[in-house]
Amino acid sequence: MDRTIAIDVSHLSKTYDSYRAVDDLSFQVYAGEIFGLLGPNGAGKSTTLRTLITLLHPTSGAATVMGYDTVRDADKVRTLIGYVPQERAIDRFLTGREHLQLLGALYHLTKEEAAKRIAKLLTLVELEAHADRPAKTYSGGMKRKLDIACGLLPDPKVLFLDEPTLGLDVQSRLRIWEYVRMLKARGMTIVMTTNYLDEADQLCDRLAIIDGGKIKTLGSPVELKIALGGDIVSLTLKETDRIHSLESELKDRPAIKAVRATTKGLDIRVESPEKALPTILESANRLGCNIEFIQYNRPRLDDVFIAHTGRAITESIPESETA
Amino acid sequence: MAHYWQEISALTMRWVRRLSREKFSMLFTLVQPMLFWLIFFGNLFQRAADTQVMQAPNYISFLAAGVVVMTVLNNGLAGGVDLLFDKENGFLERLMSTPIHRTSVILSRFIFVMGITSMQVLVILGVAYLFGVQPATGILGVAMIVLIGMMFGIGLTAISMAMAFSVKSHGDFFSVLGFLSLPMIFLSSALVPLTAMPGWMSFLAQFNPMTWAIDAVRPLILSGWTEALPHVGMVVLVMLVFDALCLYGGAKAFRRAMG
Repeated sequence: MDRTIAIDVSHLSKTYDSYRAVDDLSFQVYAGEIFGLLGPNGAGKSTTLRTLITLLHPTSGAATVMGYDTVRDADKVRTLIGYVPQERAIDRFLTGREHLQLLGALYHLTKEEAAKRIAKLLTLVELEAHADRPAKTYSGGMKRKLDIACGLLPDPKVLFLDEPTLGLDVQSRLRIWEYVRMLKARGMTIVMTTNYLDEADQLCDRLAIIDGGKIKTLGSPVELKIALGGDIVSLTLKETDRIHSLESELKDRPAIKAVRATTKGLDIRVESPEKALPTILESANRLGCNIEFIQYNRPRLDDVFIAHTGRAITESIPESETA
Repeated sequence: MAHYWQEISALTMRWVRRLSREKFSMLFTLVQPMLFWLIFFGNLFQRAADTQVMQAPNYISFLAAGVVVMTVLNNGLAGGVDLLFDKENGFLERLMSTPIHRTSVILSRFIFVMGITSMQVLVILGVAYLFGVQPATGILGVAMIVLIGMMFGIGLTAISMAMAFSVKSHGDFFSVLGFLSLPMIFLSSALVPLTAMPGWMSFLAQFNPMTWAIDAVRPLILSGWTEALPHVGMVVLVMLVFDALCLYGGAKAFRRAMG
């Protein structure tokens, strides 16, 4: 497959004092795709993103955006990208329109050009009616829409979204997803970080699972799920104290690929459920475990994440990212 | 160059807009607490202060120079606060991800703080005038006072911005600010001339750039050009060194924070 490379990250590392936030990261983003950086807080997603938007200098390694180095050609890169920060980066005292006008001047647009783009963007994100109210009167979803409009004002080749739906209600979330899909349909390359698995699954053409500053795996959601090779059988046990004895009993049995204890039972990755179920039931019987509930799933992105990082994305990790 | 100017004027406009949206804050910014020092402290100590020691017709005319420089001090030290909030809520990152000259944001802040400070200095001199304090050096002297204020203010604003870029939380910022400002005032010639201070205080006050600024502003108000000029020459030198040091520190902190 020969596709245009929009972003090329090669052996990127970023160290704070003795802490390695990003550790020898290499990946490519193709033009026109939605690329996701998925990982728990502190995994190194934001550090990677902020390097790509020229705000951080790598300790070693390099990254290019549309062929331009993020350090040497930082100014050129800045003209090609749009950025939607994670925090609601809004000035409460300015109106929505004034935000966009300010950015228009910072991208060196003429007044006329800026006015034309601003009118279009306000329509796109449905904020025309509120454009001349100070942003402190906006709801969370409206602020996010303004954030996105700000990111789109330069008409970027590559749009960076940092946790685009963090803390939003379901409706606003779906609305943002719609925008992202529409932008992709227009040919924009989009790079987003997220710690929502469903978001990555729904939106991203390809994604990299990052943990501890390293890429654990990379591919399309479907590929990643298939690569796990096998379906998931989830058991809920009545006697939770027997979970671990059943776990060790089932490990290394031929039909079973992996076993993982959960709070209420076991998640068992199997070659095929037809072959594995008898083994599972027989073992449970022998150990006197009463099965309360049994569930069978095709692999989900959650399972991919657990398989590569050894924990669920919601489980906290000791170190938090500081930058 | 046209781009640079476009950036700076848009960013400066933002600070002006913010201020104008906060009507109360604007009122309190212009009718500063500093004014109370002049009105209340100045009149309160009218009888208690010895005019022989002050070398001034009355305490309020002595204090006017101090209050002018105190205003510059407070504005300068608080000059980085808005950048601190911009840093904390991500607005600064948004600005810095655009193709602007790296110094535009900072320069816009300098322009805004200096503009507001000059206006306040004029308000204070105006109020002092109402209490009968007429600057001995006239309009030109007033311009000189504003200029000295700006020279001092640039260094202070640079310190404040350096702190804004370096601190971990805004709690730290305000603690340091509160800690700095009062000793700076007491260990200067703002309220009492150096000759009337206890020895150790006047010794320390000599190293306070604020003292130099006040000692130049005061003769511009009280005496006249012949008395003032040597002090003015001196303060220009002192401030050039002070500003150079502060700007150097500020630039370092900025570069560290911005990668």
